[in-house]
Formats: sequence, structure tokens, C-alpha cells
Amino acid sequence: MSDLITVDFVDLELEAPDRASGTRDLAQRLAKGGRVTDLDGFMADIAAREQQMATGLEGGIGIPHCRSEHVTEPTLGFGRSSTGIDFGAPDGPAHLIFLIAAPAGGGSEHMTILAKLARKLVHQSFKDALRDASTPQDVVSLINTEVLGQ
Amino acid sequence: MKIVAVTSCPTGIAHTYMAAESLEKAATEAGHEIHVETQGAAGAEPFTPQQLADADVAIFAADVEVRGRERFAHLPQVSAGVKRAINDPTGLLAEATEAAKTRGAKQQVVASAIPRVGPGTRLRQWLMTGVSYMIPFVAAGGILIALGFLFGGDDVVTKLYGGTLHGVEYKSVAGNLPLGADFDAIIRQAGYAGLLFAFGKVAFFMLAPILSGFIAFAMADRQGLVPGIVGGLLASVVGAGFLGGVVSGLAAGALVLAIGKVKVPRGMAGVMPVVIVPLLTTIAIGLLMVVVVGKPIKHVTDSMTSGLNGLTGTNAVLLGALLGLMMAFDMGGPVNKVAYTFGVASLSAGNLDVMAAVMAAGMTPPIAMALATVVRPKLFTDAERKAGEAGWLLGASFITEGAIPFAAADPLRVIPSLMAGSAVTGALSMAFKATSRAPHGGIFVVGLVGKPVLYILAIVIGVLVSAATVVALKTAGRRVITLPADAAPVPASTPVATV
Repeated sequence: MSDLITVDFVDLELEAPDRASGTRDLAQRLAKGGRVTDLDGFMADIAAREQQMATGLEGGIGIPHCRSEHVTEPTLGFGRSSTGIDFGAPDGPAHLIFLIAAPAGGGSEHMTILAKLARKLVHQSFKDALRDASTPQDVVSLINTEVLGQ
Repeated sequence: MKIVAVTSCPTGIAHTYMAAESLEKAATEAGHEIHVETQGAAGAEPFTPQQLADADVAIFAADVEVRGRERFAHLPQVSAGVKRAINDPTGLLAEATEAAKTRGAKQQVVASAIPRVGPGTRLRQWLMTGVSYMIPFVAAGGILIALGFLFGGDDVVTKLYGGTLHGVEYKSVAGNLPLGADFDAIIRQAGYAGLLFAFGKVAFFMLAPILSGFIAFAMADRQGLVPGIVGGLLASVVGAGFLGGVVSGLAAGALVLAIGKVKVPRGMAGVMPVVIVPLLTTIAIGLLMVVVVGKPIKHVTDSMTSGLNGLTGTNAVLLGALLGLMMAFDMGGPVNKVAYTFGVASLSAGNLDVMAAVMAAGMTPPIAMALATVVRPKLFTDAERKAGEAGWLLGASFITEGAIPFAAADPLRVIPSLMAGSAVTGALSMAFKATSRAPHGGIFVVGLVGKPVLYILAIVIGVLVSAATVVALKTAGRRVITLPADAAPVPASTPVATV
């Protein structure tokens, strides 16, 4: 299994007018890295999920995500926005955006890693560390340590 | 405080786990003991009976249906959306504490009884789960068949199953729907009314598989589905009816549970749930249905048929009562079929009164149950009350299957009640010398019935007998029954906070 996240999937200066374009910017990185095979199809799946219930969470977090046929492997895209992008949370826009892409038919071993990642997202220390990270490599290392224990 | 919590969300990859982590963190910080079942894409580790027994309160942080909700029937419950658990776990825990307190001491009787909950209660919960999934099939199938009659008239059956109509000879094109059906020929011969009828029959073919599959699912979770559904399909194929479905479902669930208790080497553990368990249990249940259940059914129905033939010419009223008992025993199952086939055979031999008794006795059960759900709604679960609404039409259309959900959920009280009423109806129809020239169609063919007023009176009296009996039996048995939470009104002593 390839890495959950690489430096190519991190954008520390993600600026976008709305969640669709912000998500698309990150999704493009995943597509370039070969994790998303059909950008438009993937974006449609993301939009369908977002439609069910906005993925913005209190504390400035947005977690657009979906299980999609157009995803090859569980992958995380990470974006940080200083102005913030609205993800529908009641307390304001999101500054940390996690794009979680899961393959449609992923078995439970595949999903375990995403479950671990999701659990990390509720820890303030993890979010603070991501806010303070200065390079994409810092982000990747942090996630690998925290999520994979590497 | 000891808490059990279930988290689940539409995609099952993010919120489910965030909510779990968030609740675990907040609960541990507050000094509570918590176990979370994450019903997400990575699979759920189900609660042990001990965890469920020890718990003081259940929290559901879920945006999709909580699986296995009946496990928490003994606990006060707090429900919220999954986001609430992520954003405000402390508030949710406070509500849970409150709910546990308001309810006072644990319902000692039930809560402490979880590991050794009465076998009757467990059995009823399993049956009820299967029934709740089967009910839409009964309603949809029955209404489709009724629509087939409505648009195609009573002729639709002859056009599907063969026979002569106004001098035209029709070949049988429907087979044992869906087995051996020729759909092109159905459209050609019976038109779209025939097709509606056929769809209804296909839905009915699925009654035993769905009932069986979800009984097994209730007992053994996902692993129960394969043997349960395959066993139920075989029950339909060998003509074992819904009772066959109950047998295969319970057997499949029990077998999966038993295999789960066997300790296997670590290397094997991975292939157990996907390969070994489904394979072994399906083979075993398949053999059970084909050899142990299917073969004897043939013998028993053959001997019942010859027994009935031997009765021809004896006391007509007694024959009517006997046919009534048979019609209501398994509602579309093998015994019902023997009685029905006897009625049709008598019809071709010119005995129109036997057909009338058979049809009247077959109309009684669904109407009686529909009436009972209206008179004493509290004795029935939500799902059953919905099935009751369809029961009027299904009964009036002589679709006896409409009573199956009630019979499958509580066979020991419902089946005898229905048999009693149908026996009365069958006997009265014979006593009144009512006749029917149509072998099906119920109220839609009342024009072909001789002495229609007395005929309907016979049905009404049978309905009253069955409804009164079932209400009496259920009232008497009520005190010892604990209903599952998803299908039943929550006991008054259990506060449910919905956020």
C-alpha cells in the first residue's frame, strides 16, 4: 500500500472562494499523483456526499470526503487556508481542510487507516501541530507519526 | 457511569470514527467507562453481552440507522446526529447521565437478564427483525396481485397458469413465478395486468428468503445473511412456505453463532468470515432445506391430499371447518396449498360449495389481523400496524399471505387464532350452502358467488372470531414479552432524548 499522504498532496496556502473550488484544487493534486483517475467523476462523488450533510466541523475544520470508484487507494489531501473556506460549519469557515479519498470497494483493512486518521482529527494537539507546520514535509511526517505510528 | 455508544455516518470513513474518538476522550476525562461500536467502513467490533449487561445508558450518534438497535432495548437511550458527538461530546454525555438518572435504578429485571434473557424474548426479537424486513414485500406483492385482478379481471389467472377461457385454450406461461416463467409469453397472453400479477408473485417468492435472511442476520449479523437467504430461497423452491423460512433462518443463525464459538488458528481467522463460514453454513442449511425439510413436505402433502379426497361426501360442515383450519395454518405454505388445490379440484368436479368455503376461509386471516391492529393497536408493533393497513385489501382479494407477518412474529398465538376463525368461516360457508364459480379473486369475484350475503356474513363472523381470539391471547401473554426497541413502542419507563 502506498503512503496515505505525500508532500505533493499538501497545500499550505490554499486559497479558494468556496468549498467546491478549494476541494477541487486538492483533488487535482491527488489526480496528478495517480490516486484519482477521473477528476470530474470524483468531484461529483464529493459533491454528492457534501449534499447529504455539510462536512464542516466546529473549530475551523472541513473534511470533504467520499468513497469513489475513481479512487485507487486511501489517500489524504491536506490544505491550509489563512482566510478560511466555508464548509458549512456553524461557527465559521474552515482553516484546515482534509480531503479524504477512499476507494469504493475498499476492504476493511484499507479503511482502518482512514479510521485512525479520523480519530486523530478530534485531538486539539494534532490540529495545532498542523496549524503550526512550516513545510509540507512537516505535515507528512506529523501525519505518518500520529496516524501510522512510523 | 458505564456507557455503550454507537456511531455511524453516511460514508462511514470519517465522522463515525471522529465521533467515537471524541466520545471516548470526553467520557474518559469525565471518569466514565465507555465502549463504542463504530458502524463504519472499517467494520464494527460488536459489544459483548457483558458490556451490554453492565451498561447504564446507550448513546446513538448516528446519521444512518443504527444496526442491531434491539440490543439496547433495556437501556435508557440518547440519540443525536454524529456531528453533535464530535462538536459537543460533553453535552451529549451530560444528557446521557441525565437520562440514566431520570430513569432511576436500572430496570433490574430486564437489564440484569441480558446475558440470560428469556429464550422466548430473544426468539421473538429475532423473528420480529425478519418480519419487519418482510412486511414491505407482503404489502407490495399483495397489492400488485390485487392490481392484476383489478385491471385484468379474474381471467388473468387462467391466462397466466393455463386453462380454457371463452373457448380459447391458454398454455401455462407463469411456471412457479419467478421459476420457469416466460415473460414474453406473459405479456402476449395476459398483458400488463398479467405482468403486475407476476411481479406480485415474484415479491411473494421473496417472502421466505427475506424472512429467513433477516432472522439469521438478527442472530448472527452479516454472516447470517448468506445461509439465511439461500435457505429461504430453497424454502420457496421446495414449497415450504414462510414456516420453512422461519426454520431456515433460525437454523442458519444458530449455525453461524455456533461456528463463531470454535477457536481457529490465527492464520485461518482472516478467511473465516468471507470464505469458510458462508461456505459451510450454506452447504449445511441447503442440505437441511432440501433433504430434511423438502422431501417430507412432499410426502405429507400427498397424504393430506388423499386424506381429503377420502372425506368427500361426508359431513359438509366438518369438511368446511377442516379446510378452514388448513387454509389458515401456513397461509400460502404447503398445507394451505393442499386445501386450495382440493377446492379447485372440487370446482372442476362441479362442487362449487367447497371452493366457496376455501376462498372465504382464505380471506379471513388478513382481515382479522387488520381488525385486531385497529381495535388494540397497543398489542402490535409499528411494523405490524403498517402490515395491518394493507391487510384489509389483501384479505378482500383472497391473498392469505397478508397475515404472514403477524404469524411469523408470534406464531404460537396468531396461527391458532387465525385457524379458529377460518374454521368457523369455512364451516358456515358450507352450512349456508354458498358457492363460488371462481377459484380466486376474493371480493372482486363476488358476482360469481352464490348466496353472496350469507357468504360475506360467514367471512365477517370468522374475522370477529379470529380477531377476538388473537387479542385475548396477546393480552394474556403481554406481561412476559419484551419488545425490541426498533419495532416496538419504547416502554414507558425508558426516557428517550432525541436531539
